[in-house]
Amino acid sequence: MTHDSYSDAFIRDVLDTTKTIAMVGASANTVRPSYFVLKYMLSKGYRVFPINPGQAGKEILGQTVYGSLADVPEPIDMVDIFRNSEAALGVTQEAMTLKPLPKVIWMQLSVRNDEAARLAEEAGIKVVMDRCPKIEYGRLSGEIGWTGVNSRMLSSKRPNLKAGFQHRGLGGKPSDN
Amino acid sequence: MSDRIPGFSTLAIHAGAQPDPSTGARVTPIYQTTSFVFDDVDHAASLFGLQAFGNIYTRITNPTTAVLEERVAALEGGTAALATASGHSAQLLTFHAMMTPGDNIVAGNKLYGGSINQLNHSFKSFGWEVQWADATDPASFDALINDKTRAIFIESLANPGGVVTDIAAISEIARKHNIPLVVDNTMATPYLCRPIEHGADIVLHSLTKFMGGHGNSMGGVLVDGGTYDWSSTENYPMLSKPRPEYSGMVLHETFGNFAFAIACRVLGLRDLGPAISPMNSFMLLTGIETLPLRMQRHCDNAQKVAEFLQGHDKVAWVSYAGLPGDPNHERQQKYMPKGGGAVFTFGVKGGYEAGVAVVTNCQILSHLANIGDTRSLIIHPASTTHKQLTEEQRGAAGATSDVVRLSIGLEDAEDIIADLEQALAAIDG
Repeated sequence: MTHDSYSDAFIRDVLDTTKTIAMVGASANTVRPSYFVLKYMLSKGYRVFPINPGQAGKEILGQTVYGSLADVPEPIDMVDIFRNSEAALGVTQEAMTLKPLPKVIWMQLSVRNDEAARLAEEAGIKVVMDRCPKIEYGRLSGEIGWTGVNSRMLSSKRPNLKAGFQHRGLGGKPSDN
Repeated sequence: MSDRIPGFSTLAIHAGAQPDPSTGARVTPIYQTTSFVFDDVDHAASLFGLQAFGNIYTRITNPTTAVLEERVAALEGGTAALATASGHSAQLLTFHAMMTPGDNIVAGNKLYGGSINQLNHSFKSFGWEVQWADATDPASFDALINDKTRAIFIESLANPGGVVTDIAAISEIARKHNIPLVVDNTMATPYLCRPIEHGADIVLHSLTKFMGGHGNSMGGVLVDGGTYDWSSTENYPMLSKPRPEYSGMVLHETFGNFAFAIACRVLGLRDLGPAISPMNSFMLLTGIETLPLRMQRHCDNAQKVAEFLQGHDKVAWVSYAGLPGDPNHERQQKYMPKGGGAVFTFGVKGGYEAGVAVVTNCQILSHLANIGDTRSLIIHPASTTHKQLTEEQRGAAGATSDVVRLSIGLEDAEDIIADLEQALAAIDG
């Protein structure tokens, strides 16, 4: 598939079917983008395993940090790559040694490695590049519009509410409403 | 759900607005509240740290205003928008995010008189300088840019001269110097022209005018095109440097292609405070729903009135881009082919006194200082909106003493024409 754009349905399916995320390059620094994404995805009910060799054994937001993907003791649905485009190939190759294989390789905004994408897709793994799962979740749920951001979503259906006053789930599917 | 791209009229009604989840209200409610309850302390901390989307206080975000913002962002084809109390405050927040003392803006000289005042005088006290380029000559922008230039500022359709600016040519100059292009699109609205498609990086509006369209509410907006790379230079530290206001967060790195709108919100609106009232956001949203219908009627009426004036023996000249033969007609056909807008000027024979007389004689057209109302409006700029400018600046802005400015409304064109006909007939000589 071309990776210049993704349909909303494809991204929604990825975020809907993912339960566990291994975040490679997760930072303990509270103003780094990876920390933001980790915190947000936890708040949406995903289990997130931070991967960072320098922080292995410590905790970020209450989650044990692992030194490598292979150290994570549970099956990983999505590998979220907070590394540069060049490093994304090695991370992808490492992910492809996991058993069971992850279902999705996700590379963050500005990260794109077409060789890695080709290898992963040949193994049946879905690939998203140059996107942020927090932004995509915020867009598909409508939350991102609260900050004046163009979600590019139109809907005459009820938003999908989660706990609290300001907490939405993925909306837009008739079955959700 | 398919990924079909909706048309302009559909976006004008639906973008940003879903039914209210707690009541089912289909029209966006007026959330007339200052503040919002936190779910718990962790939620509060996430909101204050910009780690979660959500509302804290109406000076920063508000759910009614957010719908307005997303609506305008969608209509302009931008990544995000920020609504403000007025068009002037949208300009203030835009330049606040770009400028430090000693920096300058290169601006087209065919700007709204209020913007000329803001740039020439108010911004000077911040140490922000302005250099005036000839809006009709893109090369004149190139010649004025120096290493302290942080923005180019133009109007897509200039008020009141009716100048259609060559956005693409000026955008090329902006790109060459790696400077963002800021375009005020108030007079054209995105129905007629979408500046981001022609190379603008930031689009501004006074929503008070055609966007709201009913002359009942003040408001402004800035739209982030998502096109400028704020990390490509050292010149925009609010976007590219760690911010002490947020524990060292780098906004461009964190918010990507909508970071400019975020910076204007969390550093500008938060600290300078020109927030729009939720009531005004509601009124403006209601207006925007009919923007495509209204704007076409505004243009059609203006075309008829301009053609009438062009044939009148007491009228020296008519400056309307919709008229074949007008110096702006070719650019109008390129940038806003659906119409030349509804604001234009004409010269009445007899100069200053005759201009005052026409304005005074009108019975249906209202003598007031606004544009973009359902009602037709008339003003004599030399004695009102442009009075504080020097004669030279008035000339440069297209507001010499014989100039009468019209903002053509949505009445029957025949009635607007009849009113102008009797007003002109009553002039002595």
